[in-house]
Amino acid sequence: MIIFAAAQILPGDVGRAILGPFADQRAVDQLNEELGTNRSVVVQYADWIGGILRGDLGDSYAFRRPVEDLVWPALQNSAKLALLAFVIVVPVAILGGVVAALGEGRFRDRVISIGGLSATAIPEFVWAVFLIIVFALWLDVLPVSAQAPDGAGVLTQARYLLLPALALVFVLFGYIARMARAGTIEALDADYARTAYLKGLPRRTVLRRHVLRNSLLPTIAVVATQVGYLFGGLVVIELIFNYHGIGELLYRAVQRQDFPLIQSTVLLIGIVYLLATLAADILYSLLNPRIRLAHEE
Amino acid sequence: MSTPEERAVLVERGGLGAPEEERRAIRVARRERFALLLRSKTFLAGITIFGVWAFCAVFGELVAPYDPLGGDLAAEIGNRLQAPSLSHPFGTDELGRDVLSRVIGGARDILTIAPLAALLGTALGTVLGLVAGYFRGAADDLIMRPVDAFLAIPPVILGLVVLTALGASQWWLIVVIGVLFAPIIGRTVRAAVLAERELEYVQAARLRNERAPYIMFAEILPNVYAPILVEFTVRLGYAVFTAATLSFLGFGVQPPSPDWGLQIKDTYISINAGYWWPTLFPALAIASLVISVNLITDGLSRVLGR
Repeated sequence: MIIFAAAQILPGDVGRAILGPFADQRAVDQLNEELGTNRSVVVQYADWIGGILRGDLGDSYAFRRPVEDLVWPALQNSAKLALLAFVIVVPVAILGGVVAALGEGRFRDRVISIGGLSATAIPEFVWAVFLIIVFALWLDVLPVSAQAPDGAGVLTQARYLLLPALALVFVLFGYIARMARAGTIEALDADYARTAYLKGLPRRTVLRRHVLRNSLLPTIAVVATQVGYLFGGLVVIELIFNYHGIGELLYRAVQRQDFPLIQSTVLLIGIVYLLATLAADILYSLLNPRIRLAHEE
Repeated sequence: MSTPEERAVLVERGGLGAPEEERRAIRVARRERFALLLRSKTFLAGITIFGVWAFCAVFGELVAPYDPLGGDLAAEIGNRLQAPSLSHPFGTDELGRDVLSRVIGGARDILTIAPLAALLGTALGTVLGLVAGYFRGAADDLIMRPVDAFLAIPPVILGLVVLTALGASQWWLIVVIGVLFAPIIGRTVRAAVLAERELEYVQAARLRNERAPYIMFAEILPNVYAPILVEFTVRLGYAVFTAATLSFLGFGVQPPSPDWGLQIKDTYISINAGYWWPTLFPALAIASLVISVNLITDGLSRVLGR
């Protein structure tokens, strides 16, 4: 509903936007008639909701194709990119957070904390620019475009996706590392950690069996909430690396005032975000006996 | 001898007896905090970098060696895409404009937009948080439920759609970022107010029959200024992030303004052809600005004890 309202407030004449400013007014009127954009807002809304319930997302105005045909491949491409970014960032960020926590207040903690925070605060496209200039231009080791040639194998695709994924990694790193750090510090201070130390367990065992197990729970939940922010980054990254994902699709849809496409992509982004949050909740309760048992009682 | 932090807490809770003594203690606590802040290396580094950009934003014309907008374009087209040299330390762009001058000129755009947006967001968020936290109950639900829903949509995506509807301009950019940030700040303020409203001084004010707005703004607000100040600097960093990103996408400042995000948007395509300087220097400028804001935030939050 909110999505629909926001998209409908977009000013301008759809037919005019597609055909350009010099098109004949009669052609514009005809196109509007054909697309149904000259009907009232209420009728269009009912039509849209009805379509979604039947599993039909409607047709794109600008591309003149069913939205489904555009959205699914784009979502798959974005999923590949996001997956690669997460596969890199999650272990690295957790390691960074734990290392920082173990040296709390010391130099390496300050470096990781401030460095991570700064990395997170620098916009994705700025990271992208640095990465392109260094790796694609000066060192000439990685391709600038993220779009691998058709039929490329998994490894080739990953090579093409490495630079855009790295740009996302920098922005995601700080937040996840900060959560891992906070969780580890809390677990280190807990009574069970002190008990484990006092009964003479070696430091490694205490860390592995008692501290990490407890400290990583909140971190996992945070990783899922980052999916929402990831989409904001995808728009920029996919644009700059010329990659046909959901973010680039949304950008093109917004530029062409392609309402059905805007609505569907934003709706889809919302759904993916909700699913990620839900998955995090389930994972969290599976991993945390306290929550699981509280439900069964 | 108590530490400045402890004394500051005592003072804030209003537990130091006679008013005159209390006022003096507040002044001392403030001065000690300030001294602590000036001893923090990260804070000083942050303030220095930020100061340089602020200076460029105010006195840009005096510092810049050339006109950032190029002046006589026809005459300068012969200078286009020159690599960095002594006469053009950052090189020239595809229209022959001096990149160094454009980077200096761009400071004004971002340092107008980001602080105003963060200020707007903080002001709106503070009011939301005070009202929700002080009244609890229905007002709380009425404010916090939509806030939760709002936070579920990625800000850049929301900004993109809303700015398309409103039309791209610098002023709408400020309003949109401010409104997007208000709920997040509101949440922080609400949490602080919830802890504060149970304290004796609020009860005392209530027993004196003070009106709710007076209690909220004159009694509670001065006591929650620390988290609000920290939140403001955090948001300032994110405002730079969001404003630069939306400008890069073409939904913020419009050409031919030398805004950094816009410069990168206009030049990144030619990196492939080997022309890296028109893109790299504005990118470095954005990076140094957000890092400086982060260092300031880090220093402040340490001294204010959060």
